[in-house]
Amino acid sequence: MLTKRIIACLDVRDGRVVKGIQFVDIVDAGDPAELAHRHAAAGADEIVLLDITATHEGRGTLIDTVKRTAAALFVPFTVGGGIRSADDAAAVFDAGADKVSINSAAIARPELIGEIGSSFGAQAVIVAIDARRAASAADPVGEAEVYVSGGRKPTGLRVVDWAREAEQRGAGEILLTSMDTDGMRNGFDCELTARVSAAVQIPVIASGGAGSAAHFADVFRHEAGGGKADAALAASIFHFGITDSRELKAELQRAGVSVRLPC
Amino acid sequence: MIAVIDYKAGNLTSVVKALRYLDARDIVITQDPEVVRKADKIVLPGVGHFQATQLLTKLGLTEAVRESVAKGTWFLGVCVGLQWLFEGSTEAPGIAGLGHFAGSCERFPARFDDADLKSPHVGWNSIESIREDSMLLRGIGAGGFVYYTHSWRAPLLEATAAVTNYGGAFTGVVEQDNVMGVQFHPEKSSTVGLKLLENFIAL
Repeated sequence: MLTKRIIACLDVRDGRVVKGIQFVDIVDAGDPAELAHRHAAAGADEIVLLDITATHEGRGTLIDTVKRTAAALFVPFTVGGGIRSADDAAAVFDAGADKVSINSAAIARPELIGEIGSSFGAQAVIVAIDARRAASAADPVGEAEVYVSGGRKPTGLRVVDWAREAEQRGAGEILLTSMDTDGMRNGFDCELTARVSAAVQIPVIASGGAGSAAHFADVFRHEAGGGKADAALAASIFHFGITDSRELKAELQRAGVSVRLPC
Repeated sequence: MIAVIDYKAGNLTSVVKALRYLDARDIVITQDPEVVRKADKIVLPGVGHFQATQLLTKLGLTEAVRESVAKGTWFLGVCVGLQWLFEGSTEAPGIAGLGHFAGSCERFPARFDDADLKSPHVGWNSIESIREDSMLLRGIGAGGFVYYTHSWRAPLLEATAAVTNYGGAFTGVVEQDNVMGVQFHPEKSSTVGLKLLENFIAL
């Protein structure tokens, strides 16, 4: 049976792993390569490295960090941040990434999704969407809006519409981050995740708000109220030793979620 | 010598990286049919579109592999590399595979068991019904998890050495004497995948 994936996310700034609380406050959490290996050994199904400063400071992706991290990593490895062209993506793949995550650049030029996909396959392209509920709308979830530049700029695009377009243009997966729940550790935005998951055929990775195993179980659930996510991403709950993936998965298994165990 | 065939289809660095990590000696990344003919083992990686395999024929590699395989050279196809062992794929109807195994690769159905089936099939799934005589899967038990990412899949046949269930059973591992293929990515499948590659290196 296909299992639900637990993805450890490393937000990297200046070559160090950091984790923002609602994209703003930053706390130093360690070396990316070391943390990636620690997470993989502790049962993470996948590793994502996001260079969170790349876009708005115009910095290229940290190729050396990617190389070092990929060197002895034998689980899927995604890199995002500062990838604006198929050439940028190629450099990241050459350095050892299996997938790239693109966000602002895909909004600016949606053709980029297909350009990367045609050279490296659709499975190698994750379109990351930073979403915020439209609090004042009649349907705050349906009208949820896409933001770019680390959550600074609204785009006027509806999340569900953009997810569908990304799929049509050849994205292999959607990484959906709720800016309302990110860093709060109060749970994922299950309603929004379920809405996006139902709108597309490709896998949806839920992100933002993980604080406990129960939150993961909720976002994976397919029944009413669940998030219908195929994978979920977490960062801060691991870095500070609250739990590791293996413990988290054991709890999920007890809750009836199918996970990769033993791992 | 292990010849890893470079046909510009996705990411062969990760396969090579895993082989080196496992101390495989004398790995040559090549597009040269003569190098392939001299190899003791051939690895055909690949992720992406079946269309990419047409380059193999253009470069004379299809014939080189056919000859090598006929004289007993060990062969391992990964992902599209497994699919290429069959007659073809509905992903690229005009492109012939090696045709070593009968049948054609087909897309996952959009619905299965009265429910929508997501495609691509991405993530960790288990391999089941492992054939006891499989050399590639020696020491790997049923229920072991491996990483998949694909939208097309190979049919079941006698040479199937392990199946995975997603929208019904499909061939996860194929093995007939010296010719082997895996639909998943052993180089991304942690301990189970490394064990499989180790088995291949040790042949």
